[in-house]
Amino acid sequence: MLGRTIRATDIESPAKLVELLDRQAYLADEGLATAAFLALRMGRPLFLEGEAGVGKTELAKALAALLDAPLIRLQCYEGLDAAQALYDWDFARQLLHLKAAEAAGVTDVGRLEGEIYDRRFLIARPLLKAVETQPSVLLVDEIDRADDEFEAFLLEVLSDFTISIPELGTVRAATPPVVVVTSNRTREVHDALKRRCLYHWLEHPIFDREVAILLRRLPGCTETLATQVARAAERLRHAGLVKPPGVAETLDWTEALLTLGATELDPGLAAATLGAALKYREDVAAVLGNGLLGHG
Amino acid sequence: MDELVATMTGFARTLRAAGVGADHERTQNLLKALDHLDVTDRDEVYWAGRLTLCATPADLPRYDRCFAAYFGGMKARQVRTATTSVTRHLAAREGAGEPGGDDGTAAPATASSIEVLRHRDVARMTDAERDEVHRMLAMLRGGRPLRRSRRFESAHRGVLDRRRTIREALRKGDVARLRRRRHTTRPRGVVLFVDISGSMAPYAETLLRFAHALVRSEPRTTRVFSVGTRLTPVTAELRHRDPGTALNEVSKAVPDWSGGTRLGEELREFLTRHHARGAIVVIASDGWERGDPELLGTQMARLSRQAYRVIWVNPHKGYADYQPLTGGMRAALPYVDDLVAGHSLAAYEELSERLAHA
Repeated sequence: MLGRTIRATDIESPAKLVELLDRQAYLADEGLATAAFLALRMGRPLFLEGEAGVGKTELAKALAALLDAPLIRLQCYEGLDAAQALYDWDFARQLLHLKAAEAAGVTDVGRLEGEIYDRRFLIARPLLKAVETQPSVLLVDEIDRADDEFEAFLLEVLSDFTISIPELGTVRAATPPVVVVTSNRTREVHDALKRRCLYHWLEHPIFDREVAILLRRLPGCTETLATQVARAAERLRHAGLVKPPGVAETLDWTEALLTLGATELDPGLAAATLGAALKYREDVAAVLGNGLLGHG
Repeated sequence: MDELVATMTGFARTLRAAGVGADHERTQNLLKALDHLDVTDRDEVYWAGRLTLCATPADLPRYDRCFAAYFGGMKARQVRTATTSVTRHLAAREGAGEPGGDDGTAAPATASSIEVLRHRDVARMTDAERDEVHRMLAMLRGGRPLRRSRRFESAHRGVLDRRRTIREALRKGDVARLRRRRHTTRPRGVVLFVDISGSMAPYAETLLRFAHALVRSEPRTTRVFSVGTRLTPVTAELRHRDPGTALNEVSKAVPDWSGGTRLGEELREFLTRHHARGAIVVIASDGWERGDPELLGTQMARLSRQAYRVIWVNPHKGYADYQPLTGGMRAALPYVDDLVAGHSLAAYEELSERLAHA
């Protein structure tokens, strides 16, 4: 890299950000670069929506790498609650401390209470960690999997980046972390949350870009192979499959082919490695049955 | 700079007319975004607007059209959909009052006659028979499936309540006993849409009585809307204890009895102004869509993504030869979890049962 850390405010235009992301082997188009640029400059969360495997999570990783900031990830799931997202007290250590104090003959409840609700007994979960760490990139992954009550809670945190802990006081981020929220759109996310964010819909990349991504990410890949795989991927995406392959899958697929020493996509090898691109038995059967892998 | 504000406010207005929720706050975000970008660069303005004013993939094609029209030098013409507002007041109930064909006796109900009534189509009953069915409906008390809430309560079994345990240890000087807690539960919400258009007229009153029973048994978590040519919330009206009074109130509140059905538009309005997150959605309609079936399909897709379960009640489903052939029904069907009958008392009892165990 440049030998110095890049701050969010140093990036002067979306074009510059494209260049910086490229150094992290992430090829962004103009729309995504503008989205990320504005997120950095305006201090607003970036809400990325799109099919699985179009590079939503990868963008957060690339941003963290180029800012030389830790990536703090909050993977959402049904039933996620504050204790897992925000903070929790280290119960076992608190008890140990109480026992030790008891053995030492300390009986002053007020003093004991002050001691056990000390910062060192607090376990920071992703949201608190992101507020405390500067700079940092917070990735709230697959928000559509969490319950809608969690959205309201997240909105509260994302609005002012302050977290109040009753026993300890309020933690406030001097400069807000860079936040990337992703959704696979398995359900509609509340409008109030989107309103806080910059909304970007990520498409599968166009053919040329996909070829470029394959070549950029996989050093051993020949141009012929990249072209053929990208063309096959494009066909697969229009074949009405249960789960059309995203860029993540084409990358995996190409890597599998490279591992087998392929320099171009012949139908036999393609069929043998198809499991890297397609994850449903029905899809594999449909593709092999329809001869969709024929010479590109 | 003021010129820029005026231009962008006008653009946002154009978007709103096209159905994109580009409100004041979002417009302010756009102006803030433009502070960081080159406002003379058409592409940067395009992206700034798209990133701040849009909220769903469905907004994107509309945005593109509006952007091209507005910044191409011409404002997009406001598209006004012609709405035929038919406001025949309660005329629907006349059609429902015709005596039935086969068995027109108005004898007082006995246990066995109720058993017979239970499976008869309410559209083909005499007034007296229908009254009897309505009395039975009023007694319907379904339960609700529970969903876990985020709150906790202390309990004998469950996960360790560390906070309470440690608090107690502080007070008593030692851990006397472990405190436990578990999530509380809440009944799942139900959103019921009752089609009161002309083709549903024979069933409208019975459906509303069913809605009344639902609201009465779960007042806090039931929401009812009438659909026809307009979406009208009628939950408040249905809260009256007496079904007759409640129905009277509903008939005053609803402006579009016995018109056509524009369910697609109405669902869009519902999804804009209300929500069905985590709820069981019940749509009672025969699917005679007068609007665009494609619009209905897209709105149903949105609805089904929000809802926990979508149940469609179609009175005609009670007949063995029924096939979902109407345009609206066909468009909606891929997003419906259960398609059930809704023509007889037995069908409503079954629906109530289904709601309790969804």
